[in-house]
Amino acid sequence: MSAIIELKNVSKSFGGITALKKASIKVDVGEVVGLIGDNGAGKSTLIKTLVGVHAPDDGQIIIRGNEVKNWNASKAREAGIETVFQDRALCPQQSIVWNIFMGKELKHRFGFIREKEQVREANKLIREIGFTSKLIDAESPVGNLSGGERQGVAIARAIYNNAELIVLDEPTTALSLIETQKVFDFVDNVKKSGRSVLFIGHNIYHVYDISDRFIVLDRGEVVHQLNKNEIEGPEALMKVMKDAVSKH
Amino acid sequence: MSSKENTFKNLIGKNGRALGSLGYFIILMLVFLIGAPEVMMRPNLHQSVFVMLPVIMFMVIPLVFLVTAGEIDLSFASTFGLSAYIFALLLKAGLDPLLCILIGILSGAVVGILMGCLVVYGRLSSLVASLGALFFIRGFLFVASDSKSISFMEISDHWIYDVLVGKLFGVPMQVYWAALFTIFSYYLYRKHVFGIHIHHVGDNPDSAAQMGINVNWVRISAFMYVGLGAALAGIFSCLINFTWWPTQGFGYLLLALAAVFIGGTPTWGGVGTIVGAVFGVGVIAYMEVGVVAMGMSGVWRQFFNGLIIILAILGHRFHGGRVR
Repeated sequence: MSAIIELKNVSKSFGGITALKKASIKVDVGEVVGLIGDNGAGKSTLIKTLVGVHAPDDGQIIIRGNEVKNWNASKAREAGIETVFQDRALCPQQSIVWNIFMGKELKHRFGFIREKEQVREANKLIREIGFTSKLIDAESPVGNLSGGERQGVAIARAIYNNAELIVLDEPTTALSLIETQKVFDFVDNVKKSGRSVLFIGHNIYHVYDISDRFIVLDRGEVVHQLNKNEIEGPEALMKVMKDAVSKH
Repeated sequence: MSSKENTFKNLIGKNGRALGSLGYFIILMLVFLIGAPEVMMRPNLHQSVFVMLPVIMFMVIPLVFLVTAGEIDLSFASTFGLSAYIFALLLKAGLDPLLCILIGILSGAVVGILMGCLVVYGRLSSLVASLGALFFIRGFLFVASDSKSISFMEISDHWIYDVLVGKLFGVPMQVYWAALFTIFSYYLYRKHVFGIHIHHVGDNPDSAAQMGINVNWVRISAFMYVGLGAALAGIFSCLINFTWWPTQGFGYLLLALAAVFIGGTPTWGGVGTIVGAVFGVGVIAYMEVGVVAMGMSGVWRQFFNGLIIILAILGHRFHGGRVR
C-alpha cells in the first residue's frame, strides 16, 4: 500500500511552546486511521499541519512519494485532502452554496462563478447527505442552520471534491445521537468507496469502532502506532493511552 | 402559502438591505418634494447634483468591498488628492492626457496596495493605520504643492475631456462612466470569485484561511480597489473643475463613509450591497441640496444631515439582523 500523505519528523512550536516534536505519521490508501490523545497532546496542531493550515517549522511533507515545499491549505486541497474542521470552518452569513464551494468555486473563464451549476450541485449534495431537512434551500445562510445541519454542510464540502483523504477533527462534538450515527455511516461509506479517513476523536469507543489503525499522541510526540488486531478492545486502547501519559 | 408569495418573500429577504436603502432615498425625495416642490421640480437642481454624484460613486462602491472584507479605510480621501496631483503634474509637464489618467489611476492602486500591506503585514487596525495615512498623504500634498492649486483650462480642448466629462443627451458623461463602473463592480462583488472571497474573509477569516483562501491577498486587493476608486474620483473631479487644489477630496471623507452605511452595508463585515450603496450615494448627494432647498438656513444643514444618517442606520437594524 502506498501512502497518500506522509509527515516525516515534523515539528511545530508556538512562541516557545513546542506543540509537535518530530512527529512522523502516514495515511495509506483506503484505511481509516484514528488519532487519539489527551487534551493538549497536539492532535489539533498535527491535523492543522497535515492539512496545511499551519506551516511546519521543521520536517518533510510527502504527498504520494514526492516531497512538497511551502505546504499550505490550498496545496492540501489540490492534493485531494479535504477536512471537516472542529469549528466546521463555515461562514455563517453566507449561503450554503457559497460555503460548500468556499475556496474551490466552480468558475468560468476570468473567474466568474458558474452560479446555477453550484446551486444545483449543492442542492443535490445536501439531499444525498441527508443532514438537512428537505425544506432547506441551498441559498439560505448557514447561520440559520442547527449544529447538525452545519456539520452536514462541512461534510458535503469535504466529499464534493472526490477527496482521497478526508480528515475529520472531532466531528461528533455537540451532535445528537442520531447525528453522530450519521457521521459514522458517512465514514463507512467513504471507506467502502476506497478512500481514506483520518479520524480525531475524544471518545475512545467511537474511535475504536471505526478505525483500522491508531496513532497515539502525547505531549506533541507520536508514542504509539497500532493496528486494530494488536489491540483487544477500547479498554485496552485506553490503557495504552494512560500508560503513555504516566511514562512521560 | 402560494409559491408566488414565497418567491416574493425570498426576494425581500435576499435584497432587504438594498430595498431598505431604496426606501430611504424615496422617503427623502418625497420629503423634499413636499417641502420644496418648485425647487425640486427644477431640472437645474438635478443636473447640478448629477455633476458630482458620479465622483462620490467612484469612492463609495469600492468601499463596499473593503467594508465587506471586514476592514475600513479613511486614507481614500487623501489618495483622491494624491492621484489627482500626480495627474495634474504630468498634464502640466506635457504628457498625453490619456497617459496622465492611466498613471494617476495606477498611483491610486499602488497607494491602496501599500495601505493594505501596512494593515496586513504590520498587523495594524485598519481604522488607525488609515487615519495616519489620511493625514500623512494630505500633509505631503500641502508640502509638495506649497499649498498652491494647479489649473489646466486647456484640457477642455482635448477629446478626452468630451469623452469623460462632456455631455451625452444632456447628461454628464461622468454619469455613464460611474454607471459602467458600478455595474462592473456589482458583477465583481456578487458573481466573481474575487467578490465571493471578500465575503468569506469578512465573515470568518479563519474559515477562509482553512479552506485555502489567501486571506492576506484578498484584504490587500480590497484596499487596492479602494485606492483605484479614489484615484478615479480625484481625476474626474480635476477634469470637472479644470483645477487641482490641495484640499481636494478631503470633504468627501465622512460623506462617502456615510453613503456606504446608509446604503445598507453593515460595519461587521461579511455582507453588503452594491445596489444599496447606489441609493446611499443618492441620499448623500441630495441631502445637502434638499435641506437648503427646503428653506432651512445653512446653519441647519449638518444637523439634518446627521439626523438623516442616524434614522437610516436605525432603519437598517430592522431588516438586516446578523446571523452567526
